[in-house]
Amino acid sequence: MAASCGRFLERAGVRVLARASAARPGALCRCFSSSGLLRTNDGEPTKFQPPPKPVVTDQRKEVVESRFLSPEFIPPRGRTDPFKFYIERIDMKRRRKVLNIPEFYVGSILSVTTADPYANDKTSHFVGICIQRGGKGLGATFVLRNVIEGQGVEFCYELYNPRILEIKVLKLEKRLDDNLMYLRDALPEYSTFDVNMKPVPHSPNDEIPVNKLKVKMKPKPWTKRWERPKFNIQGIHFELPEKIMEKAQKWSKPWQEFDMLREYDTSKLEREIWKEMES
Amino acid sequence: MRAGGIAPEPGSLRPFVGRPQPGWGNPNRWKLCGFSYERNRLNLCKKIGLVTRISMAFLSRRLGLLLTQVNRVIEQRHFSISGSCSAIQKLTRVRVVDNSTLGNTPYHRPPKCIHVYNKSGVGKVGDKILLAIKGEKKKAVIVGHRRPGPCMTPRFDSNNVVLIEENGNPTGTRIKIPIPLILRKKGGEFSKVLAIAQNLV
Repeated sequence: MAASCGRFLERAGVRVLARASAARPGALCRCFSSSGLLRTNDGEPTKFQPPPKPVVTDQRKEVVESRFLSPEFIPPRGRTDPFKFYIERIDMKRRRKVLNIPEFYVGSILSVTTADPYANDKTSHFVGICIQRGGKGLGATFVLRNVIEGQGVEFCYELYNPRILEIKVLKLEKRLDDNLMYLRDALPEYSTFDVNMKPVPHSPNDEIPVNKLKVKMKPKPWTKRWERPKFNIQGIHFELPEKIMEKAQKWSKPWQEFDMLREYDTSKLEREIWKEMES
Repeated sequence: MRAGGIAPEPGSLRPFVGRPQPGWGNPNRWKLCGFSYERNRLNLCKKIGLVTRISMAFLSRRLGLLLTQVNRVIEQRHFSISGSCSAIQKLTRVRVVDNSTLGNTPYHRPPKCIHVYNKSGVGKVGDKILLAIKGEKKKAVIVGHRRPGPCMTPRFDSNNVVLIEENGNPTGTRIKIPIPLILRKKGGEFSKVLAIAQNLV
């Protein structure tokens, strides 16, 4: 058996050392373990070649570097000295080092903890949907709305108020509109959110999901005539008769989208502000 | 028209709709007039502070003629009468929020404020007011209004009120609706109201 395997291996161009154990009849031929016994034609021992590593391809989407600049950093259009906004931005940066203000949009569900001297344990907690983000600079505010025990409650919080202890985003999402004030006239189920709801996980590489919900309204009268084109609301399911919808279009100003004096291009400003923030 | 005897649901209260009524008793008269002079005069009066009843009547009688002429002009215009977003003043319809029998039994008229115990006639959270409920007068404390207040304070979707006695004790025994924490700042007179409140916002 040893001779036959030896002849086989010799044919392959490899010399085989005769083993003493092969002399016993019926013994297992060990010469098949070629790794220890293989020798190259030069006579030097071959180096152990480990098996090739498996190639792992990352099938996930490319990590797109999308940076979010909070809207209160962008200065409003006007004749105010830009230095005022510059010193405000320095203070905003300092505050952000102490308190983590997460990225959120109108339509996201937030939970805010504030220091309140009149509360039981000196902190008050509120969960609600962000319906509006207003103000620029240090006076930036956001309004949270929730329905507690059938009563609609709204809180206007200042982002940079030192009384705010924690801002947590429970559900990060966008809606079809920038201003959800119409939720006051919508059915209360659209503004009700559980105070103890668990945060919905969101990976930083995913795009912000847009909730294309169309909200059903209470019967008129409303606080504002939301059907008018001035508000440009996409997120209401209007069940009004056609006649009223057509009459509302009477107040439309189709020339406004072509008005060049109303344009405010913020891309250059945003780039400069980013450079400032990173330095 | 409202179905008889049922207290209106929050948010379903319809604002006053109608033509401007002459007569000094109607506090909403100035709001309904589109005439800017009237608005400026009202602002001036507010700036001065106290406007006595007599002076109001005198002024209105003098301007009465002017008003009727103005009314005739205004009749042709379309008014935008939006829902009131103000704090509580005379003749505001309020919502009683505790579980007292007086506040919860149905009546064909909603409870209305008839006086605000305040230097200005506008009541905010923590002010005492006089209500007309079921044909009787009752004192109450404002615990929330639709007007947005200072930052970090809650704004409610309805004008909420808790009935109290002359000595300050609340009439009801429980308040399910959330109550703002600002009431604690106002002093010990609201401690009993806060004691029966179950949700503090």
